[in-house]
Amino acid sequence: MRRLLFKSLIKGPLSEPRQVVMDRSLVASADRLDRAAHKRLGRSLSIRVVDAGSCNGCELEIAALSNAFYDLERFGLRLVASPRHADVLVVTGPVTANMREALERTYFSTPDPKWVVAVGDCAVDGGVFGQSYAVLGGVSKVLSVDLHIPGCPPRPDELLDGLLWLMENAAAGRAAAR
Amino acid sequence: MSALEDLIASGKPVAGKADGARVVLDQSRWRIMAEHLAGGIYVLSGLWAEPGMVHAALLDGTSGKLAIVSLECPGGSFPALSALHAPAIRLERMIFDLFGLVPEGAPDTRPWLDHGRWSVQHPLGAATVGAPRRQYDFLAAEGEGIHQIAVGPVHAGIIEPGHFRFSANGETVVRLEQRLGYTHKGIEALFRGAELAQAAKLSGRVSGDSTVAYSLAFARAVEDALGVAVPQRAHVLRALVAELERLANHLGDIGAICNDAGFALLQAHCAILRELVLRTAQRCFGHRLMRDVVVPGGVAADLNALAYRELATLVKEIRQRFPDLVELYDGTASLQDRTVGAGIVSPALVRQFAAGGYVGRASGRAFDVRRHVCYPPYDQLEFEVPVLEAGDVNARVWIRIHEVEQSLRLIEQILGLKVEGATHTRVPSGSGEGFALVEGFRGDILAWVRLEAGGRVARCHLRDPSWFQWPLLEAAVEGNIVADFPLCNKSFNCSYSGHDL
Repeated sequence: MRRLLFKSLIKGPLSEPRQVVMDRSLVASADRLDRAAHKRLGRSLSIRVVDAGSCNGCELEIAALSNAFYDLERFGLRLVASPRHADVLVVTGPVTANMREALERTYFSTPDPKWVVAVGDCAVDGGVFGQSYAVLGGVSKVLSVDLHIPGCPPRPDELLDGLLWLMENAAAGRAAAR
Repeated sequence: MSALEDLIASGKPVAGKADGARVVLDQSRWRIMAEHLAGGIYVLSGLWAEPGMVHAALLDGTSGKLAIVSLECPGGSFPALSALHAPAIRLERMIFDLFGLVPEGAPDTRPWLDHGRWSVQHPLGAATVGAPRRQYDFLAAEGEGIHQIAVGPVHAGIIEPGHFRFSANGETVVRLEQRLGYTHKGIEALFRGAELAQAAKLSGRVSGDSTVAYSLAFARAVEDALGVAVPQRAHVLRALVAELERLANHLGDIGAICNDAGFALLQAHCAILRELVLRTAQRCFGHRLMRDVVVPGGVAADLNALAYRELATLVKEIRQRFPDLVELYDGTASLQDRTVGAGIVSPALVRQFAAGGYVGRASGRAFDVRRHVCYPPYDQLEFEVPVLEAGDVNARVWIRIHEVEQSLRLIEQILGLKVEGATHTRVPSGSGEGFALVEGFRGDILAWVRLEAGGRVARCHLRDPSWFQWPLLEAAVEGNIVADFPLCNKSFNCSYSGHDL
C-alpha cells in the first residue's frame, strides 16, 4: 500500500485532475454550480438515489460520478444513504407497480425543500417498458419531476451537467421539466 | 447413451426442429427427470412456461449438451420439480404468478413476483383481475433472543431494490430471507408480438450491466431459430465487446467489494480502470456500456484502425496498473481479515443449484459456457477457466482477478485475429424456435425464443444467472454477522432486474 501511495505522491494523482480541467464543459459547470449552490444551499447538495425499477444501467453511471474522473464531491454534491438527509431524489427506471409505494414513502421521508430528478429514458416516459401491465410509466406518473435527464443510460458528464442545471434553476426558484 | 440422451429419446420431438432440440415428455418421464435432477445426473438450467405448457432446460455438465424438454399441462397444473429439487422453487413460484400454472406438490406456494399490485393476475395466462394484496408470510425463525431486521426495498447504496429479512441473534444472522420482484417490468409480456429489432433492444435492457451478454444470448437464439450463419468477423467483434463488458464489470466489482470491507483505496483505483474501459468503449463502439451493438445477424458496429490501437493501449495500460492493485489486495491483512472465511458457499450447494459464474467457480464448479458448451470464436482462442474451492468472499474476488487477466488475454488475441469481411448478415423473416446459452460476466444466460410467421417474437424467455445464485446468498450469510452482509452481497453481485423480469 505504501508503494502505491508513494507512487501517487511522486507521479501526481492517478485521478487525473488535469483531464477534468481540460474538459471545458466540466469547468464551466463547476463554476456555475459554485455560485448557485452557494446562494441556495451553502455550497452543498445531498442526493438520494432511488431505483424505481431500472435495468441497473443508470445505477452504473450514477456510481461512476464518484470515480476520480468526475469526483462529484468536489462540487459539493454528495450521494447520501437516507432520504431524510437528502435535498434531491434522483429516480431511475420506469416506476414499476411493485415499487410505487416504496418510491412514494421515500419521497415523503425527504424534507422540504426537495427536488426530483428523473434519470434515464425509462424514468422519462417508461421507455421500452412503458406499455407493460407491471409498469406505471415515467416518474412523473407518481411524483412531480423537476428535471428529466434522458439517455439510455445518460453518461456521467450528462448527469453532472443536469444536476448543475437543476442547481441554477432551483436557486432561481423556477425549476421545470427540461 | 447418457441419461439426458435417454430422456430426450423418450420424448416426442417438436415438429419443425430437425435435430430434436426440444421434446415433449409425458408426465411419468417428467417425474423421472425430477429424480434425475435431484440425483445430480444432469442439472436444471432453466424452467419457464407458456399458456398450457412448461419447459425445462437441462444441461449435461460433462458433455456440455443442453436440451429443452416440455410438458403439456391441459389441466392447468404440472408435477412440481421443486418437490425433489430445491433450485426449482422460485422458478415455479414465478410460473404460477405469470401463467397461473399450478406446480403440484410444491413445498412453497407463496407468490414471488406478484406482490398484489398489478392490475391483472397471471398476466401471461388467463389474465384475470388483479388479486387483492395479502400479507407476505416470511419463514419463521424461532428461539430465545431472535429478532428480525427488515432491509429494503430501498437501500442505502446506489443499488437495485429488493427486500432482505434477517433473523438475527445478537450480531449473528440465523436466517436471511430474500423477497424480490420489485423491479418486475413484465418483460416476457413485452416480448409477445414484438418486432425483431424492438425485441433485440428489449433483450439488451433486461439487466443493464450485462447488456452485451443479453443481446448476444438473444441474437444467438434467434439465429438458432432461423438457421442464420453469422459472418466470422461478427463473431470476433461480439467476443470483443463481451470481454470488454466482463472486464469493466469485474474491475468495478473488485473495487466495490473492497469498499464494502471499508477499504476505499482499491475502489478508487479500480473505478479508474473501469472508467478507462468504458471511455474506450464509447470511442470504439459509440456507447459506454456497448448497448445495441450486438444484434441478430451480427454486430451493428465496426472497428477502424484507430479503434484497434485504442483497444491495444487500453489493454497495455490495465496490464501495467492492475498487478499493483492485486498485490495491494493480497497484502493488506485488515482487508483479508474481512474477506477470507466470510460468506462461504459449499461446493455441494453450488453443484445442486448449478450456480454459474464466479459464484460457482469460487466453490469448485468448473463450468464456463465459453469452454464447456463453446461458441465461436472461443474455439479458436486460448484462455483458462479459473476454479477455486474455498467458496468465500475472498475466493470470489480471486476468480474475478483471474478472469480480468483472462479477458485481457482474450482481447489481445481477438485484436490479433485478422478476420476481414462483413459484420452483419440479413436475418430472414421466418418462424421457428431456438435457444442459446452465453457466458455473461455474472454467469450463464439462457435465451429461448419462438418466432412466428412474419418474423415477430411469439415468446421469449431469458433466464438470468442470478436465479441460481440468489438462493445461495441466503446460505452464505447464515452464521455470519449482520455487518458482513453487504460484503457477502457485493461478492455475489446478483442482478435484481435480470431476475425480476
